[in-house]
Amino acid sequence: MLPRFWRKIKYRYNLLATKCENCGTYYYPPRNLCPTCRRKSKIVETKLSGRGEVLSYSIVHDVPESLKEQKPYVVAMIKLEEGPVITTQLVCDPKEVRRGMKVRAIFRRCGEEGEAGIIYYCTKFIPD
Amino acid sequence: MRKVAVIGVGQSKFGELWDYSFREIVLSAGIEAIEDAGLEGREIEALYVGNMSGGRFLAQEHIAALIADYSGLAELHIPCTRVEGADASGGLALRQAYLAVASGLHNIVIAAGAEKVTDVGDRAVEILASGVDREWEVFSGATLASLFAMMARLHMDLYGTRAEDLAMVSVKNHRNAVKNPKAQFRKEISIDVALNSPYVAEPLRMFDCAPISDGAAAVILASEEVARKYTDTPVFISASTQATDYIALGSRKDFTTMDAVVFAANEAYRKAKIEPKNIDVAEVHDSFTIAEIMAYEDLGFAEKGKGAELIREGITELEGDLPVNPSGGLKACGHAAGATGIRQAVEIVLQLRGDAGERQVDAERGLALNIGGTGATAVVTIFSR
Repeated sequence: MLPRFWRKIKYRYNLLATKCENCGTYYYPPRNLCPTCRRKSKIVETKLSGRGEVLSYSIVHDVPESLKEQKPYVVAMIKLEEGPVITTQLVCDPKEVRRGMKVRAIFRRCGEEGEAGIIYYCTKFIPD
Repeated sequence: MRKVAVIGVGQSKFGELWDYSFREIVLSAGIEAIEDAGLEGREIEALYVGNMSGGRFLAQEHIAALIADYSGLAELHIPCTRVEGADASGGLALRQAYLAVASGLHNIVIAAGAEKVTDVGDRAVEILASGVDREWEVFSGATLASLFAMMARLHMDLYGTRAEDLAMVSVKNHRNAVKNPKAQFRKEISIDVALNSPYVAEPLRMFDCAPISDGAAAVILASEEVARKYTDTPVFISASTQATDYIALGSRKDFTTMDAVVFAANEAYRKAKIEPKNIDVAEVHDSFTIAEIMAYEDLGFAEKGKGAELIREGITELEGDLPVNPSGGLKACGHAAGATGIRQAVEIVLQLRGDAGERQVDAERGLALNIGGTGATAVVTIFSR
C-alpha cells in the first residue's frame, strides 16, 4: 500500500486539485482527464481554499482496525468552495455535526501501519 | 439477437458455511441447476462465473478454471470465464451468459456466482469495501456502511424517510427469509429489535446492514429452440442491461439517486417493451436498507423521494401488490458478494415457475437488480413467463 500512498502525497497533504481550463471545473481527487471535455481537456494543478460545507455525514461506530482508537468518528461529504465534493473525516464532537456546517481543511495524522510502521498523514476537516 | 430462456436453477445455502470449501459450495449449486434443467452436463458449451474477490478472500485467482476443474467441465475444454464487478459480479456473469446465447455463439451456457468469505474472519468487511474508491474514500476513513449512511442521512433530510421505514425493510426481509430454506437468517425480528440494534454508521444500525455470506448459485441459459426440448416451463429473459457511474459517491450528481440503476432500468423497460408497473415481483440489492428504498425510486416503482411509502403501505410485502425480495433479500437470505446476482435470478425464476414454495407470489414478470459497491455498476434483468 505504501507507494500507492506516497505517490499522491503532494495532493493529499496540500489539498492540491486539478482544474480543466477548458470548462473551468475543479477536480479533487485530482483527474488527469476532464470527463466532460475529454480530448479537449486542459488540465492544470491548482490549490484549493480548503473551505467548504457538509453535504452529508455519518458517525462511524463499526470502524476499520487501523482507526479503532478514533472510534466513533465522523465521516462527511464536504462540498468545497471551488465545487468538488471530498469524502473524509471531520474532526469534531459527533453531537456537533450537521448538514450545511461550514468547515475548513487541516493537516492531521490519519493512521499507521502497525505500531512500528509508517505513520500516514492526510487532510481532514474541522468546523470553521 | 435470439430469445434466451432459463432452463435450470440451483443454489447452495447462504450463510457461514464453515464445513464447506469454495469448490464444494459452487459444485452443489451447479449440480442442482444441471439436474433442475434435466441435463447430463456435457451439453454445456460455456461457463461464466461471477466472483468478487477470490484473490483476497481465498488467495485464489483463476476461479473459472478452478471451477471447471472441480466440476468436470475441464474434461470438455469449454471456455470458462470469471467476471468481476464487485458485488455485481453475479449479475455481470448472467449478462455475459445471456449475450453468449442471444448472439448465437452458444446454445447452452451456465452462469454461476460464488463467494467464500468466512475464511478471512473480520477482514471480510474491509475486503467488501474494495468495491468503492479505495484511495479517496476508504483511505480517508469512509467504510462501505458509512457511504450508504450518508445517502440515508440525505434521503431522510430531503424526503422525510424515517429510521422506522428502514427498519421495516429489514423486518419484511427477515419475515420472507423464514419461508426460504436456503436463507441465512430464518428468524423474524420485531421493529423494536431493529431500531434498538447498535449503530454501525449512523443513521444505519446493525439490522440495516446485510451480512457477508458464503454461498453460490447457478442458472442454465438456453436458446428458445433448445429450451423447448428440455422444459415446458421456460422462463425468458426479456431484457438484460448494465450501466456504470462514477465509483466514488462524491463525484455523482445526486447522492440519493443511483444513476446507473436509473439508466439500466430505463433501458431494460424499453427493451422488454414494458413499464415499471408491469413488474409483478422484484429482487433488489438491499446491501443496506436504504438501498432498497432508493431502488424502489430508481427502478420507477415509486416517485423520487417517495420510496418509503411503498414499505409503509405494505405494497412490497409478500402479500402486497409488488413483492420485493421474497427470498429475504441480501439482508436475510444473505449476501455472498459475487453470488448474489445469480441468487436473485434463481429466486425470480422459481417465482415465475411457481416453484417458490411457502413464499410463492402470483407473478408473470419479475425484475432483478444487482449493484456493485455504492452503485457504480448496476445490472438489471427482466424475466417473463
